[in-house]
Amino acid sequence: MYKIITKQELAAKIKLLEVNAPDIAAKAKPGQFIILVVDETGERIPLTIADYNIVKGTVTFIFNEVGKTTKQLGSLNEGDSIVNIAGPLGVPSEIKKFGRVLCVGGGVMIAPLHLQVKALREAGNDVTTVIGARGEDLLIFEQKMKKVSNKVYIVTDDGSRGFKGFDFLKELLKAESFQRAIVMGPVIMMETVSEISKSFNIPTMVTVTPIMVDGMGMCGVCRVTVGGETKFACIDGPEFDGHQVDFEELVKRQRLFLPEERLSSMFWEKLGGGCHRER
Amino acid sequence: MPKQKPEIRKHNFNEVALGYTADQAVAEAERCLQCPKPQCVSGCPVEIEIPDFIRLIKERQFDEAVKEVKRRNSLPAICGRVCPQEEQCQQQCVMGKAGEPINIGRLERFVADYEMNRGTSTISKQEPTGKKVAVVGAGPAGLTAAAELVKLGHEVVIFEALHKPGGVLIYGIPEFRLPKRIVAAEADYVKRLGASIETNALIGRLFTIPELLVNRFDAVFVGTGAGLPQFLKLPGENLGGIYSANEFLIRVNLMKSYAFPEYDTPIRIGKKVAVIGAGNVAMDSARSALRLGADTVYIVYRRSKAEMPARAEEVENAEEEGIIFKLLTNPTKFFGDEKGWVKHMECIEMQLGETDESGRRRPSPVEGSEFLMDVDTVIIAVGRTPNPIIQRTTKGLETTKWGTIKAEEETGKTSLPGVYAGGDIVTGEATVIKAMGAGKKAARAIHQYLASQK
Repeated sequence: MYKIITKQELAAKIKLLEVNAPDIAAKAKPGQFIILVVDETGERIPLTIADYNIVKGTVTFIFNEVGKTTKQLGSLNEGDSIVNIAGPLGVPSEIKKFGRVLCVGGGVMIAPLHLQVKALREAGNDVTTVIGARGEDLLIFEQKMKKVSNKVYIVTDDGSRGFKGFDFLKELLKAESFQRAIVMGPVIMMETVSEISKSFNIPTMVTVTPIMVDGMGMCGVCRVTVGGETKFACIDGPEFDGHQVDFEELVKRQRLFLPEERLSSMFWEKLGGGCHRER
Repeated sequence: MPKQKPEIRKHNFNEVALGYTADQAVAEAERCLQCPKPQCVSGCPVEIEIPDFIRLIKERQFDEAVKEVKRRNSLPAICGRVCPQEEQCQQQCVMGKAGEPINIGRLERFVADYEMNRGTSTISKQEPTGKKVAVVGAGPAGLTAAAELVKLGHEVVIFEALHKPGGVLIYGIPEFRLPKRIVAAEADYVKRLGASIETNALIGRLFTIPELLVNRFDAVFVGTGAGLPQFLKLPGENLGGIYSANEFLIRVNLMKSYAFPEYDTPIRIGKKVAVIGAGNVAMDSARSALRLGADTVYIVYRRSKAEMPARAEEVENAEEEGIIFKLLTNPTKFFGDEKGWVKHMECIEMQLGETDESGRRRPSPVEGSEFLMDVDTVIIAVGRTPNPIIQRTTKGLETTKWGTIKAEEETGKTSLPGVYAGGDIVTGEATVIKAMGAGKKAARAIHQYLASQK
């Protein structure tokens, strides 16, 4: 059992949980993920590690309440426990001195990106960060990012804050040079940014978040086509060359079980959505 | 042995084979000749004294019979169900030369179930040696090695990457062939012997093998299995509705998606299912798909019936349930609908030529014989390869070109001192009982190694 130490609501439906998991905390590195199972009948879902604290023995992850499992996770409180957490999983990010690095994050993936930005800065890089959300009210980690980045730009889909959309990146990349780009966020955002960075020949790593079951190389549901070859996101990734990933296939594979996910979510809400259900 | 009728069992996940009653078991045991030089024992990878336990059944001393079995085999309820006895002990049985061999596997299952239902198992504690052994993987090899090692007085911790122990027994073999309560009870027996099991612990990531040896343990046994699915590398293979057998079986068995949405993990099975391959995993997948509501389930196999690697009993079960065998057929391409779900599978007819190095006739395509099959689900069951995580994270551990760990056959000794390995991670995909045999041999070798370390 993994006890919840801290719970925060960062924006509407975006929640943070810090859980007690000392062995995982001791081993976690930026770019890795965990697989959790909320309760005995639960599914296995992957979440990217947003932070870890070796001294406290805790691991932090942030999620959007979109489906049954994330809604159920969001209904838990400090002191409650999650039955299973396996990790750290996946290949850690490459952290070294690249020079000038462009880090782009969207939605809840801004949180794990923060971990990378911190590590890249400590490795001696100059880091320019771009964080984005659908609208101003959903933007997270702005102050935290400002603390660790050399410069921060803000983007929203609706233009309620900062730049509207990613077109400004072209101007930025014309004006400044970068040796590497790190992109973490929704597939469409990673695809857009990768296309732009490709035209400027900036090596770009994206973090894919396909469906996973075991997360340890066993099932192959997380297969992603990278440069024409099938890779498993769980053991070969989750970071891949953004100029090689087949994003169209990735989106389709992420949506494979949408009808079932909707049914599961409705079923759970009918049963009281965690408020009245006996567990 | 009584079985559920095919027309009933193809709609449920309950166990197909119902097991002997006490009288049936005694009657079967009475057929045993009690040979002075028993051949059956030589066919058993874990060396059960088969005539002895059969004699005890004949004498209705069932408690004694199970004790006799467990002296050699810690997991008899599992072996009695999934061992290919027809290729092992029963193949050697003298009675088989004149007719039907003694059904040793069913007798083993009977005594194991007898004990499990009565809850009588007694455990004698050993004098502790003060040595600690880490076992990586709670599958057949790991559970057996752990049981043997605790019986010898060593402290044992089993690290299991998934959230439940059992390995392939819990994620791979379906409920209707091996009920999960049996796996849980056998794993529990290993715990009661004194081993502890840490789940959610992926060795190579959470701790590495060198870390285990430096910090906590005197020796390590690696039994991580052949867990990685092989794909066909054909166009369209990443379409929706195309599962690896591993994904399909993990969803259904470990995650119980047949009970969705009561259990959270979904599975989607269409009306027309094609399972590629003809081994036991393929049979398990086909029969599970049928139970999940598919109208038509095909086994698509590139060779003929004679070359099918599955156990004859499992092929027979599948045929009885109405699985259609499309033999000498090989898929070449998959086509999807606009949403990215598989819709058609292009296949080519095959013919058999000369015998190849595996001793089977080599299949080759019949030119121009391509045809389309309507399918909405495809399950790829063409084999599994070793999980690479330990090999990638353990410096100095020698591996073969197939990615398996190099280990001595008789001892499981690897290229690293104190590190032993056995089961599918060494041999490539094989059987449950062979993995158990390897776990047992390695446990003996580890015991000797620990004694020499004093």
